[in-house]
Amino acid sequence: MLELKNISLDFKEFSLKDISFTVEQGEYFVLLGKSGAGKSLILEIIAGMLKPGSGKVILSDKDITEERIQKRQVAIVFQDYAVFPHLSVKENICYPLKGNKMNKAERVKRVMELGERLGIHHLLDRKTTTLSGGELQRVALARALAMDPKCILLDEPLSALDVQLQHDLRTMLRKLNKEGLTIIHVTHDYEEAVSLADRVGIIDSGTIEQIGTLKEVFHSPKSLYIANLTGIKNFYNAEITGVGRALLEQKKKISLTYHGDEKSGSVLFRAEDVVISCEPIISSFANSFKGTILHISPTVNGIEILVDTGIRLTSLITEQSVKKLELKEGKVVYVNFKASAVRFIASRK
Amino acid sequence: MKQTGAFHLIILLLSGLVLLFILAPITGLFLSSSVPQLIETTQDTEVQGSIWLTLSTAFFATFFFGLLVVPLAFLLARKNFPGKKIVMGIMDLPVVIPHTAAGIAILGFISRDSTVGKFADYLGLELIGNPIGISLAMAFVSVPFLLNAARDGFSAVPVRLEKAALNLGASPARVFFTISLPLAWRSILSGAIMMFARGMSEFGAVVIIAYHPMVAPIMIYERLGAFGLKYAQPVSVIFILVSLLFFILLRVVAVRKN
Repeated sequence: MLELKNISLDFKEFSLKDISFTVEQGEYFVLLGKSGAGKSLILEIIAGMLKPGSGKVILSDKDITEERIQKRQVAIVFQDYAVFPHLSVKENICYPLKGNKMNKAERVKRVMELGERLGIHHLLDRKTTTLSGGELQRVALARALAMDPKCILLDEPLSALDVQLQHDLRTMLRKLNKEGLTIIHVTHDYEEAVSLADRVGIIDSGTIEQIGTLKEVFHSPKSLYIANLTGIKNFYNAEITGVGRALLEQKKKISLTYHGDEKSGSVLFRAEDVVISCEPIISSFANSFKGTILHISPTVNGIEILVDTGIRLTSLITEQSVKKLELKEGKVVYVNFKASAVRFIASRK
Repeated sequence: MKQTGAFHLIILLLSGLVLLFILAPITGLFLSSSVPQLIETTQDTEVQGSIWLTLSTAFFATFFFGLLVVPLAFLLARKNFPGKKIVMGIMDLPVVIPHTAAGIAILGFISRDSTVGKFADYLGLELIGNPIGISLAMAFVSVPFLLNAARDGFSAVPVRLEKAALNLGASPARVFFTISLPLAWRSILSGAIMMFARGMSEFGAVVIIAYHPMVAPIMIYERLGAFGLKYAQPVSVIFILVSLLFFILLRVVAVRKN
């Protein structure tokens, strides 16, 4: 439905390089990357606010690269909402309707419908300067939907909202997407991507690093950057020293199941795959190291245990396990993980 | 604490001196004329005509040149182009050049021998010694106030709002009239008030173009020269009162709109 083909754009100190991806009809596509990666620029190129140096934007099989902003049928909702402060909520939502052939009664009906749909019907006569962040976000969405776009572009829609409002808006966005709306959503928040995306594209320094389903990207990240972005804690510089053997940070030898020819790169494995025991255990874990607990910290997903084994390893376990094993800082434990849990990423040349 | 107190005292003293510098002559002027004198002056048809001429020519200058200047202000706020700084410098020139010199320049530009003068003549219009010429002189010296205020007003309108409007299907013209202009309106109005006030009080450029018909500043000067301070003071008070009235009225409108 929407395709970006080899989009590039140079600025003084930054470049978008060879951006290509497709978004299918009705898909929820998330572009994930840290601030300054170029996500918003891509949205502005799709919307026609920026002209690419090279490449094409194709919407419903039509090349819209040179098309005027007004004609693109792509609605963008900015991070700061860009709601018109001198107009009421009703007037904001009606703004795109005034340009088309609707009569007044039809416009009023459409505004009421959108107000109901976005849960802001009670705010229609209010001035937008009196609204909260969550309300402004809904007004911006309602206004974007009023133009009946083929695709809606969301620039960090949840970043300025508190946790409850984020939850409410996520629910709303899922609902809109289920109703058939194609959404391209840019964010720096991995959890936002996980909770909403059908597919995700990872962008770093103006380049698309990887595109795929959540499972493809987060379980098999193609680069350290993606691993960092997804919160994988155990990653190290590594040298392959033999068949199924690697040296991490020039200190620690481990077992892994890599069979390629590259010798130099990085190794990563998830904290969930690291098992803690108080004694050495006989098991299928090819890697088992003695170490001292440095730090125990609760997170949203469980309890992170940082262990110094010569290199620092992170394990993620439940609170019950912490109590059961009577874990505390300074305690000597064993960290265990399978060779198959370790992923080797060769260095970029 | 003592040092802070002394510092604030000095600030207050200096501020007071500046305020006094403005207020003292004006207060003295107001106290110089008795109420009967002021009433008699207001009933003077020559004074009434002069004040009306001053207000109307200043208004015409502000309105007509406002229409021309606002698009330029928008362009300067939104676009970068080669020579932009030169254009902005040119538009500030009337503020720095002596106003009598400005009057001479305008005179040369609109005199009967000039192209503009000949064209006006062809249309049956008189420019020299005529309210149109007076408006032109007023506009020349006061237009930078409106231009700069309008430009700052447009610059303060977030570009993102204009982009959002374009994305919602609005043409550039619709964006200008529905987003840029309404949001810059207050600055434009403030600039127009300043332009009006500045034009109204102009003497140097106007006296070159049109000694007659007399605008109020020229009438005050003439009465001073012909009859002395006592005869010029009541007209000055009346003119200041009228100016203040309009100034406050327009400010109230600007605040209400905000």
